[in-house]
Amino acid sequence: MKALLDLYVQQFKTTLAAMFQYRASLLIWMIGHVLEPLVYLVVWSVVSNSAGGSVGDYTTREFAAYFILLMLVSGVTYTWIMYEFEYRVRQGSLSFALLKPVHPIHSDIADNVSSKLITLPFLLLIAAVLALIFHPTLSLTPWAIAVFIPALLLAFAVRFLLEWTLALAAFWTTRVSAINQTYFVLMLFLSGQIAPLTLLPRPIQVVADIMPFRWMIGFPVELLLGRLTPTEALMGLGAQAAWLVVGLVLLRVVWRAGLRVYSAVGA
Amino acid sequence: MNYLRLFGVFFRVNVMGELAYRVNFLVHLFQSLLSLALSLAGLAIIFFYTSTLHGWRPDEVLALVGVYFLVGGMIGLVIQPAMEHLIESVRDGTLDFTLTKPEDAQLIVSIQRVEIWQLIDIGLGFAVLATALVRLGEKVGGWEAAVFVLMLLAGAAIIYSFWLILATLSFWFVRVENILVVFQSMYEAGRWPVSLYPGWLRYGLTFIVPVAFATTVPAEALTGRLSWETLLGAVVLGVVLLAVSRVFWRAGLRRYSGASA
Repeated sequence: MKALLDLYVQQFKTTLAAMFQYRASLLIWMIGHVLEPLVYLVVWSVVSNSAGGSVGDYTTREFAAYFILLMLVSGVTYTWIMYEFEYRVRQGSLSFALLKPVHPIHSDIADNVSSKLITLPFLLLIAAVLALIFHPTLSLTPWAIAVFIPALLLAFAVRFLLEWTLALAAFWTTRVSAINQTYFVLMLFLSGQIAPLTLLPRPIQVVADIMPFRWMIGFPVELLLGRLTPTEALMGLGAQAAWLVVGLVLLRVVWRAGLRVYSAVGA
Repeated sequence: MNYLRLFGVFFRVNVMGELAYRVNFLVHLFQSLLSLALSLAGLAIIFFYTSTLHGWRPDEVLALVGVYFLVGGMIGLVIQPAMEHLIESVRDGTLDFTLTKPEDAQLIVSIQRVEIWQLIDIGLGFAVLATALVRLGEKVGGWEAAVFVLMLLAGAAIIYSFWLILATLSFWFVRVENILVVFQSMYEAGRWPVSLYPGWLRYGLTFIVPVAFATTVPAEALTGRLSWETLLGAVVLGVVLLAVSRVFWRAGLRRYSGASA
């Protein structure tokens, strides 16, 4: 346990140093990350204004609150492992990670959490600026805030586990970009990134409830906006817990199967 | 004429190189269709709730999506691979080989790399555009079509010069590939008419990163929204930027010392 803690501390220092070295990459990541929710925020604001101030159960200002919170939640739960893992397998650098006595997922978790700690202040700053521009309305209730914290952490855990497992596809194929893109398109729709899920046709909402995407991004946002009843919130946490278990099991099974076929393409 | 022949040669070489990986065609086709499906589904949801988006009717936004794919495909076909290669060859010194060739080096640099699978995006763009035009019917006449082509050319000149200027910066600062990534994520915003965006973002997308000239302006030409000012502005900006990028290129070459030599 002590050794693992040391690993996390060291990884934090390494990530911090790397991020200060590559400040430009940080800025670029920010632009890419903010622009997409911003575009949909603008589009929905325009639609809402032309429809007399609201669309479905969202007013213009509630759209603003929705997409600004969405930007924060997806910024906190974001992972880049699906791009990185392919590189590791192709270049054979995974071989070195396998020689270490701990599971390679630990250094990835530490790296991810560290860079989130560094980027979060910037994201909050951008959210504040966007709030000044778009005037969101947000009425927070104490219980929603209380449930939001575990919901956000679970969302991060589920997204991390599933994307880490999906990244292992690189063991079997060198063409992971098609898999990644399919995943991201599904996520855009079913997590609520294009539009709040309640605005989508009923059948798609049902699919979104079954798939993991809503539980990785949309659910914490809806929760904090006060759009869920306590029962719905509890059921959401239950769905997140269920996906967490599924993720853990998948991770173990796929990781073992993957190691057997791993041959370090580049080495 | 000679330049066209050169482009033909480079194109053939790249085609031969890629045809060794034929499955790539299917993979790229799949990815392009997926991206198109995303765009269309987004439109479907939005136009379920409204009949016009800031004055743009569904078929007009569809035409814009066609232009978005068409221009994105053209950028990905020649401009982006060429500029990425230029930055790399300045860094590792292989630009020497290009400079010793008898033809104009800027031209060779600009056409030597072709990502042939981007032709899929161009084809899809044309298909979407054609569908939109058929649905728009006779509102699009010969005049609109002519201005549309002119605006596409102006947009291409602006985007090309913009990328060349950025890539030329690599003569002074070695690591600039990050700037190109910014353009790609900004280009996503071109799926929608830039008139939608609040002022600061609209100016940014017009003058700092000229996405507007690549997608919105040609689509405006096609749907008869283009003002004379924008038309003239786009043409003048295209010509000026071409000249400026040429100046940048020459100044950069004087700076270049050749890492390998």
